[in-house]
Amino acid sequence: MKKMKLLLKFMKGNRLLYLGSILAVGLATSFEIMIPLVLKVTIDSIIGNKPIEIPNWISDFIEIDGGKSFLVQNLWICGGAIVALTIGNGIFLYLKGKWSASAAESMAKNIRERLYDHLQHLSYDYHIRAETGDLIQRCTSDVETIRRFLAVQFVEIGKVIFMLSLSLWIMSSLHVTMTLISVSLIPVIFIFTLVFFFKVKAAFKISDETEGRLSTVLQENLSGVRVVRAFARQEYEVNKFDIKNSEYRDVTYRLMRLLAMYWSSSDLLCLLQIGAVLTFGAYFATQGVITLGVLVVFVTYERKLVFPIRQLGRILNDFGKALVAVERINEILEIELEDGIDEGIKPQIKGNIEFQNVNFQYDENRQILKNVSFKVKGGETIAILGATGSGKTSLVNLLLRLYDYDQGQILIDGIPLRNINKKWLRQKIGIVLQEPFLYSKTLKDNIGITETNISESEIYEASKIASIHNVILDFEDGYKTSVGERGVTLSGGQKQRVAIARTIIRNSPILIFDDSLSAVDTETDLAIRRALKERKKGVTTFIISHRITTLSEADLILVLEEGEIVQSGKHEELIEQDGLYRRIWSIQNSLEEDLREGVKAKVERALS
Amino acid sequence: MSEIREQDYNEGFNIELWKKLMGFAKPYRKNMVIIGAMMIILAIIEVTFPIMTKYAIDNFVIPERLEGLSIFALLYILLVILQSFVVWIFIAEAGKVDTGICYHIRKTGFQKLQELSFSYFDKTHIGWIMARMVSDTKRLGDTISWGIVDLVWGSTVMLVISVVMIRMNWRLALIVLTVVPVLAIVSIYFQRKILSAFRKVRKTNSRITGAFNEGIMGAKTSKTLVREEKNLEEFVEITGEMYSSSVRAAVFSSLYLPVVITLGSIGTGLALWRGGEGVITGTLTYGTLVAFISFTIQFFQPVRELARIFAEFQSAQASAERIISMIEREPDIKDIPQITSIYGDSFKPLKENWTEIKGDITFKNVSFAYKDGEKVLNGFNIHIKAGETIALVGETGSGKSTIVNLACRFYEPTKGEVLIDGVDYRKRSLLWLHSNLGYVLQSPHLFSGTIKENIKYGRLNARDEEIVRAAKLVNAHGFIMKLRDGYDSEVGEGGSRLSTGEKQLISFARAILANPKIFVLDEATSSVDTETEQLIQGAIGQVLEGRTSFIIAHRLSTIRLADRILVISKGQVIEEGNHYQLIKEKGHYYRLYTNQFMDEQKTMLLHRDS
Repeated sequence: MKKMKLLLKFMKGNRLLYLGSILAVGLATSFEIMIPLVLKVTIDSIIGNKPIEIPNWISDFIEIDGGKSFLVQNLWICGGAIVALTIGNGIFLYLKGKWSASAAESMAKNIRERLYDHLQHLSYDYHIRAETGDLIQRCTSDVETIRRFLAVQFVEIGKVIFMLSLSLWIMSSLHVTMTLISVSLIPVIFIFTLVFFFKVKAAFKISDETEGRLSTVLQENLSGVRVVRAFARQEYEVNKFDIKNSEYRDVTYRLMRLLAMYWSSSDLLCLLQIGAVLTFGAYFATQGVITLGVLVVFVTYERKLVFPIRQLGRILNDFGKALVAVERINEILEIELEDGIDEGIKPQIKGNIEFQNVNFQYDENRQILKNVSFKVKGGETIAILGATGSGKTSLVNLLLRLYDYDQGQILIDGIPLRNINKKWLRQKIGIVLQEPFLYSKTLKDNIGITETNISESEIYEASKIASIHNVILDFEDGYKTSVGERGVTLSGGQKQRVAIARTIIRNSPILIFDDSLSAVDTETDLAIRRALKERKKGVTTFIISHRITTLSEADLILVLEEGEIVQSGKHEELIEQDGLYRRIWSIQNSLEEDLREGVKAKVERALS
Repeated sequence: MSEIREQDYNEGFNIELWKKLMGFAKPYRKNMVIIGAMMIILAIIEVTFPIMTKYAIDNFVIPERLEGLSIFALLYILLVILQSFVVWIFIAEAGKVDTGICYHIRKTGFQKLQELSFSYFDKTHIGWIMARMVSDTKRLGDTISWGIVDLVWGSTVMLVISVVMIRMNWRLALIVLTVVPVLAIVSIYFQRKILSAFRKVRKTNSRITGAFNEGIMGAKTSKTLVREEKNLEEFVEITGEMYSSSVRAAVFSSLYLPVVITLGSIGTGLALWRGGEGVITGTLTYGTLVAFISFTIQFFQPVRELARIFAEFQSAQASAERIISMIEREPDIKDIPQITSIYGDSFKPLKENWTEIKGDITFKNVSFAYKDGEKVLNGFNIHIKAGETIALVGETGSGKSTIVNLACRFYEPTKGEVLIDGVDYRKRSLLWLHSNLGYVLQSPHLFSGTIKENIKYGRLNARDEEIVRAAKLVNAHGFIMKLRDGYDSEVGEGGSRLSTGEKQLISFARAILANPKIFVLDEATSSVDTETEQLIQGAIGQVLEGRTSFIIAHRLSTIRLADRILVISKGQVIEEGNHYQLIKEKGHYYRLYTNQFMDEQKTMLLHRDS
């Protein structure tokens, strides 16, 4: 029931269209159901001699036209009536199709956009942990399941109901016993289909799974082509594939046989039902209980009834699937959004930063930052060094309010960070992530992505600072080269540099480089830092790095260990102290030792 | 990249192509004959029903007689039973043909994929091949088998109805049948439109999937760039396109049905009008009138199906073109027939004619280019003695991988020759060389299955003890035994349940078991913990012993193991010698070594516990 409500909620905004399409289907069915009646009247009373048993207004209408004798002379009018009714039927069928498609498509559009918007505004933390494959599955195939159900099948249910009630009403007004005969097998047909499609779910699933295994073998063979060739295992692979291939063939064939069973036995039931109507109808007609026209009506209605009923069982099963999809989508929409995204003040930011005893943890058991305190003046450069998991990234993420700290205080220009609007803050602080994401756009669009009106010269300028300008010009399409899924593959270092260009183009008062030069060689690293220093005077810069040359130039170096600042100061101070910084710095010495060792070993080997 | 782009649909009907394709249906000729027969029977039965109705009206209802009604009912039931029997058989048979054709196309495709050279895989995305092998084959199996069903059924129904109507009353039949050509033309027009409209929908749909993918993968970056609103704007553009193209497609299909039934009703109206007049004048029975009315309704379904098949065959032709082009592609590297006749091919090797390999490799004036004009090697010469370990170092793109690829005959020189034990390797079979090859990749590739199966890949008939011995030699035994199922533990898809280091150890064991004469190690740069690092080093030492080895090395400890180090730059050997000699030279190698040393040391300091 809850799922039904959810489905109704999704339909919001398009309910009128749905109502319209159901109304249209009702009208279409009414027109359709009148056609056999025209046949009846024509056969019985115009061609034949039976009295016309039709409502007065219609007989009046016939009288005005010149009465029965006129119609006998002009039988084309009866034929024309059929065409006219069919056109009426057609018009409403068209409207039904158009309206239900518009409703379903616009609903799908709404769901897609809501999902997209929602996903983008979930917390940073959520995206760190998200299972991408599952999310995409829900956003695409689950939406498609609902869309298909609402576009095609939902209205079909309405049609069956209209058809059933209208034909039952007319049939019973014509002859009650015949009506009972006409519907005797209908429940059996319905239940048979319903049960069948419920039961074969498992067979469908097995078929899908077998196909999955076949794909895996193929995929592994293709991605491991070097291994296959190097071990000369072509024959073995062919046999392996053949096993899965024939397994899939057999499983699918079994499924087809099940479907063959279904179609043939449901055909049997449907045709027997029609046959019963024909035989009993013929019997009643010979007895004079019903006329030939009535018999024709019953036979025609029966055909319009049994086959849709057979469809209904299948539709109801698909309805179940649609409800499951609704729930899976709703699960995403119910995840809480990042809070207070639009709250807070929007002050001018100069870049003075102070951490006062900041504590931060993701969850109860894992303390990420402990009592972190330090002070930075606007325009200074702060370098952070630490092992994996020491809390470097978390520290800078706090500045953008991607996470909020638990205790202590962070002040920017004396204003508590918590009071500042999140989006404002993120616009003012540029961060380059270690593994930056580039969009499926051209390089030019990627670099200029943060601003709407950006000139080419600004893009070139930023690219030059990030030492990527010449690399881009070397590409065949230059700045128009596409990257991402459908474009060229950039190396890790190139991606990082594009991301740097994209970030610095914005003239932020605070810049953060989260190990974002790790994949760039030492010389380029230096060139980028030189260019930055020159062009970005007065910008407070955080650099997370392992390179001594990078670290040593900072105004303040912080050494983090398990969330605590264990050392801080300038290069000259830190190399005097025992600690991580000095150990990294002194690798230089151990290299010389290694080289000496090598020579010594060689001498020893020569002597022995 | 051109391989990836979807080809445009070829409008013309390509008979040659379909002939080739029907080759895959050959084993099912008998089934297809049965299907054809069943469809003819089915069509006849379906046309018989209105005739039954006519009979009932003319023989029972009008004369008000009951004689023979029970026999009539019995006959009807028999007919119904026959029909469901026929339905059962034709679906089952069509299912057999459908799945069988898919099976054969896939099998042939897979076999071809095993023969195609690396140059093909360099140019072709795995995703593209997967789509050909999975969805295109499915569509072809579908179109061929069910296409025949509908084709035979549709044309038979139309033919039989026409014949029956003409025999009942040819004047009325001709009048009623005037609608059919119009119906056919309209149907073909609409089916084409509908199909191409839905093709556009599918294309837009894949863009939506792409956008979701990007939205989710890039969510973190978007947040830091505050791009959420703009992203949404762009997304809304695509969903808007999706909306309009879908509604357009739906409007086309909702328009089609009304048009067709209206045309059909003109037939019905004509039958009622002219037929009714016939009844009044006594030239037509009531039963015939009713039968004619039924026929006009029955006629439209086959027309619709035939139009649909016509349109579907056209789009299936694109699938067929892609698959046939893949299957007919010739591998760039293959043995000439004279060689195959002596040594056998990849599937039927004649091992008795193989000579034993020693592992002495010579490059004689070898030139090579992946693409025309971009020479990677030019007149390259080198001699490697059997059993020697060669380390190749140099920047990405320097040509070190190319040298290895040429030595393994994954590619062949464009000029010059590669000699193995003094003989040009093109005078031996591909499989001969590859059977003597061991290969451990930068990113180790395992297959789904157990650890044992993966090690056994090196030698398929290896006994369990041999597998364990190989694992022990490369220090993999320890971690394997710690797993719950030991050697029978599943490694997961692509080995996903094991760490990179563990995967590497398994791939070493696999190589050891193969006992190759020539060994290639394309070494990983990925960081593993110190302990595994030491295990791997031990394993490498074991593997190299007694074989001619190429190492594309990144780790210093591995490089130092080499008998000879070649520093490659732009396809040339710029420095050559062992570690100590090269350090003394203080050239490229010295710089490379010192940089690498610093990085390794730092990594050790900073990732101690990861």
